[in-house]
Amino acid sequence: MAVLDIEGGGDTAIVSTVRRQRRVGALFIGSVAWIVLIGLSAIFADWLPIASPTDMDLLAKRAPPGSENHILGADHLGRDELSRLIHGGRVSLTVGLLAPVIGVTIGGCLGMLAGYFRGRLETFAVGGVDVLLAFPPLVFALAVTAYLGQSVTNITLVIGVLGIPAFTRVARAVTLSLSEREFVTAARALGATHARILIRELLPNVALPLLAFFLLAVAVTIVVEGALSFLGLGVPPPTASWGSMIGEGRDSLDIAPWLSFLPAGFMFLTVLAFNVVGDTLRALTDPRPGAL
Amino acid sequence: MATFIGRRLLYLLPVLFAVTLLTFLIASLLPGDLASTMLGDQATPEKVEALRAQMGLDLPIWQRYGIWLWDVLHGNLGRSFRTGETVWAAVTDRLPVSLELMAMTVALGLVIAIPLAIFCAVKSGTAVDRFFTGLAFGKLSLPSYMVAILLIYLFAVELNWLPATGWVPFAEDPVGNLRSFILPALTLAFAEWPVLMRVLRSDMIATLQEDYIAMAKAKGLRPARILLVHALKPSSLTLVTVAGINIGRLIGGALIVETIFALPGIGRLLVGAIYARDFIILQGVVLFVAAGFVMVNFIVDMLYAVLDPRIRHGRA
Repeated sequence: MAVLDIEGGGDTAIVSTVRRQRRVGALFIGSVAWIVLIGLSAIFADWLPIASPTDMDLLAKRAPPGSENHILGADHLGRDELSRLIHGGRVSLTVGLLAPVIGVTIGGCLGMLAGYFRGRLETFAVGGVDVLLAFPPLVFALAVTAYLGQSVTNITLVIGVLGIPAFTRVARAVTLSLSEREFVTAARALGATHARILIRELLPNVALPLLAFFLLAVAVTIVVEGALSFLGLGVPPPTASWGSMIGEGRDSLDIAPWLSFLPAGFMFLTVLAFNVVGDTLRALTDPRPGAL
Repeated sequence: MATFIGRRLLYLLPVLFAVTLLTFLIASLLPGDLASTMLGDQATPEKVEALRAQMGLDLPIWQRYGIWLWDVLHGNLGRSFRTGETVWAAVTDRLPVSLELMAMTVALGLVIAIPLAIFCAVKSGTAVDRFFTGLAFGKLSLPSYMVAILLIYLFAVELNWLPATGWVPFAEDPVGNLRSFILPALTLAFAEWPVLMRVLRSDMIATLQEDYIAMAKAKGLRPARILLVHALKPSSLTLVTVAGINIGRLIGGALIVETIFALPGIGRLLVGAIYARDFIILQGVVLFVAAGFVMVNFIVDMLYAVLDPRIRHGRA
């Protein structure tokens, strides 16, 4: 689940490059707009004129969308759906944005060092990555949240650690190919230290592909956080989270399907938006000829 | 070639060793004490201590790991403290369910992917092709639990064609057994087909530009025959590989889907072992899943080496 597809999208059609780019352009702007909208509403959730996400309006249990006082309806305890969606977005975005920071920092450093110095360090890093990949990710997540307790911080930490192998792989692959380039040889010939080559020469070139991958990782993280919440191992109730809302709505799928479908829709659009933005950036920074 | 295989096999051992060590560490970090849980609230501290000693839980962790590893090397995976079931029995009991789910998933995935891939390869670059490749991209944003909810709503709640959850043994009710697998397999297949389709589509586009395809066309063969007989087989090598890797992933990855649909497979065994702090089962199942994953990767690597001599010599 935490394994990201880094090879995908290599089959861009050459025939209609121009039309394709224009189409992706509209999708790209829409995606950025949606991320900004969700982001702003998550930041200002406390000041927005919406009901509290935990207040129960017992007369409005499972009120359908469009009801009085509850624009998007209310859940099985009469809590305002719109408010819970906005506050749930807070959890998803916090975990989704912070966890990949752990992965990109540790995995990025490890990958760059492995790709630059090669040798024993590389064998060790690649071996470690293989171990983490062979280990069922959800088992790790379940076990650690069961031990450390369910909180936003712990969930962020767990998913962040799980993301390290993927970032290590990307950073190593990019560094490997860059290390052979002329500008690195030139820097070395000028007597630059390893630290200088890594930071001044390689880092700026590795940063962009890593950023693109970071956005794809945000999408995956939101999905994984949702999976944990869905299984009841995410943020503890009554805090709202999209995953737990989908899970809670499952019990009333026959009488109030929107309780599952609304958070699912929000999550789908958010994840899609991060995927689109990340993939567009990836296509721009991909050195392979298909993307030029 | 023999050296290459030997090298890869030697590399597998430390990976498996590290995976089991990691599981052991995590398992020992889990809160709650098995001995006091088993004896209940009424147990005296002495009794709990006695049971801990009996189960070997009072030993330091490295010693416990050593004992476990020694047993495993002798073919003894241990038995659950809780149920008395051996790890081997627990795994082989659940395995048929997971395997059936996997087989149905891959079959469904291929049934959807192959025709679409051929169609898109022939119509490459047209609006239809872009629609399906776009759809495959959108799938990345639909996690399995969302697909499961949508499928349950559509086929179990609205149409009432299939059961929402539950499982019946094949021996008791073959039709009911297959029916209970359809929704979970569809859920997983939904994640599989776009990957399979993408791979086959790009290979197919390359194959269709080969000279012998032009030759077949010149001979006046029917397009269906060219596509299915001449082009499909040479294009499906990567497809087989990817399908293989995904099978390895599905061994332990069907955890969420098995939980949602209440299927008694390996994934649920794993979740149950975590909840119940059943270390021995957890440890054994993780070893099993990791070994499966690593073995499949190994076979896939071998397949590459057989197909491409450059890999065989380049890496060695």
